[in-house]
Amino acid sequence: MSRPDDDYRWPHKHLLGLEDLTPADLRHILRTARGLEDVSTRSVKKVPALRGKVVVNLFFEDSTRTRASFHLAASRLSADVLEFSAKGSSVAKGETLRDTARNIEAMGIDAIVVRHQQSGAPHQLARSVQCSVINAGDGQHEHPTQGLLDIYTVARRLGRDDFDLTGITVAIVGDIAHSRVARSNVHGLRKLGAGVVLVGPTTLLPRGFADMGCELSHDLDEVLPRVDVVNMLRVQFERLQSQAFPSVREYSRFFGLTVKRMEKAKREVIVMHPGPINRGIEVESAVADGPNSAVLAQVANGLAVRMAALYLTTGVNAGVNTGGNA
Amino acid sequence: MATTVIRNGRVIDPLNEIDTVTDIVLANSKVQRIGKVSDPDAQGEHVTVIDASGCLVTPGLIDIHVHLREPGEEDKETIATGAAAAVNGGFTSVCCMPNTKPALDDEGRIEMVYRQAARANLANVYPVGAVTRGRAGKELAEIGLMSEAGAVAFSDDGVAVASSAVCAKAMAYIAMTGKVFMQHCEDPELGGGVMNAGTLATRLGLSGWPRVAEELIIQRDILLNISGGAKCRYHVQHISSGGSVEMVRRARHDLFGQAHVTAEASPHHLLLTEESCATYDTNFKMNPPLRNRRDIEAILEAIRDGVITVLATDHAPHTQEEKELEFAAAPFGIIGLESALPLYARALVESGVIDWPHMIGMMTIHSAKLVNLDKTKGHLTVGADADVTIIDPNENWTLDAHAFASKSRNCPFHGWQVTGRALATVVGGDVKMCRDEGRIREPQMNADERR
Repeated sequence: MSRPDDDYRWPHKHLLGLEDLTPADLRHILRTARGLEDVSTRSVKKVPALRGKVVVNLFFEDSTRTRASFHLAASRLSADVLEFSAKGSSVAKGETLRDTARNIEAMGIDAIVVRHQQSGAPHQLARSVQCSVINAGDGQHEHPTQGLLDIYTVARRLGRDDFDLTGITVAIVGDIAHSRVARSNVHGLRKLGAGVVLVGPTTLLPRGFADMGCELSHDLDEVLPRVDVVNMLRVQFERLQSQAFPSVREYSRFFGLTVKRMEKAKREVIVMHPGPINRGIEVESAVADGPNSAVLAQVANGLAVRMAALYLTTGVNAGVNTGGNA
Repeated sequence: MATTVIRNGRVIDPLNEIDTVTDIVLANSKVQRIGKVSDPDAQGEHVTVIDASGCLVTPGLIDIHVHLREPGEEDKETIATGAAAAVNGGFTSVCCMPNTKPALDDEGRIEMVYRQAARANLANVYPVGAVTRGRAGKELAEIGLMSEAGAVAFSDDGVAVASSAVCAKAMAYIAMTGKVFMQHCEDPELGGGVMNAGTLATRLGLSGWPRVAEELIIQRDILLNISGGAKCRYHVQHISSGGSVEMVRRARHDLFGQAHVTAEASPHHLLLTEESCATYDTNFKMNPPLRNRRDIEAILEAIRDGVITVLATDHAPHTQEEKELEFAAAPFGIIGLESALPLYARALVESGVIDWPHMIGMMTIHSAKLVNLDKTKGHLTVGADADVTIIDPNENWTLDAHAFASKSRNCPFHGWQVTGRALATVVGGDVKMCRDEGRIREPQMNADERR
């Protein structure tokens, strides 16, 4: 493998969001993931990189996929994994986030993988503990490993082995306002040179995203023919209550990715979805399971990306510089 | 009778347009005279002498907007600790908001505040009564009885009186008492977010509290007050938006003088912007939220030209545990009594927006007028209450929240280098706080008394 950034050293003890990373950081973590990808295809699916280290999955919000993916990623690096679920708000328990984190850290933890329903909770956590903190999704803020695995999937599919996405245009469709996946994708894609079009009802499309360098649209049919990737976000049914859109039927008509609508897209367009899919609402089954779909590749790539995140951040934590490619 | 002579200070009394280096004599808890005193000891028996040279001597500072948390949240603050924080920061009188648990919404609770303040015997504490029962925005509280019991103003602070019908009724009713209606201007449906709405909130994934939620309530209330014809005195609490400032300006100048609108500023809305929220530090979570530079400029302009007449603190103590919660879950607000004076000096005097006499006026006579205390407070007229603040305008010091008398420590200005500090606070002729014992000479007993 070529090493264009030989002098580069990964500097981040925490992975809190893609907004904090430079293009060089992004390429480095993606290249590291590329190096770790084949661990999953060996007969012995394990490397000793984190042997003797302890990773805790601290999840304040329900999750099956991300949690399992982080668990497996840590296991493949030979770390011990502790699963920890914390329910409800910390106010109700009489214990603050900081208390919880410090109690867990007292067990001798090297990295906390945290998911929380409140934006910014991982940042507050990182300020109160000594170990690495990896954000596995915080409120409506960021989901950096999802962003990384989406970008990784696009780059691999398009043969961009240098992870330079100049000239690529990505559409992200759906509830942009409340999506941490959208935010991480926007930051990562923009830094690597891709164009981003955000598509959704105006009630779910804050104008602030234009300041982040995105094009905003509420016309999927107009956008579809000119994009290389279409990333469909999951419809959050609780948004119905806030009347962000009038009905699922209407949403699906305007923003659902159907077989018929796919006729307008480029023939080789990549269809992605962070899962779990509401089949027939944001994506029709025939599209989700069709030749353009990269949904299962996303899941597989998630593992490699999370291994890279754990490996790089804990390396900084231990004071050992492990900046080179894996 | 106890007499206090404050010597050689720059006496600033905006009401009486006094700004001169002279002496002031306090006797029998009242201002006895202003003017050079050749022999302080001849002014009475048991004379206390304070050397105020190099300092400002002003009417006692009055803060019309504090939260003292008693009853119900005494782990955050009590009337006694809040009063201690007040005198430590140079305030001789404070008006406490009724968002306690339970709310100050009947005459018994109004009396309770006076009783606890008398026990603490530090600063004067004046209760603000709730507009509606339980601050729930539905039925009027016993405004008349509370007024008789000594409520100096009415507010549901923390939330707006949101219903237009209830608000119109409240304004008409409060007008009968001659007291002021202080509104927390936030439309509950458009507001309710945790920081200023905009690109930063979008980036951070935090819910936004847009300017329009404040502006709508102000505009609505101005219209209600005019259309009702009740001439209720209407006061905008903690103004945060440049648009709001324009509405207040127009109402004060154009609406046939019938709007009866005043507005207050708070230190944090002059010195901090929404950018401070970027690290999710909950000490920057305020209600209304920190906004942008252009809002600050508009508020400063309105202070300069007299559209905003009062400077308050919105002193809002919270425990460390609560402020350690996630940004969205943590409570709003910061403590302010012990930092407001130097912070206002920085925002307004050091920056050249206004001078000391203008700033002192906004913290004394204008505050007193708002809450109908100006007969005896907010100025140094002979016969006025002997509430005096002595300020060293040149003291350089570091704000240290851990050294505050308040029970709480939620102060985003902790560690700031500031200039200007209350040197001594005199309430009713008694020296409640003096930072430099070398400047004070206690009464000397004569030979007869020694025996």
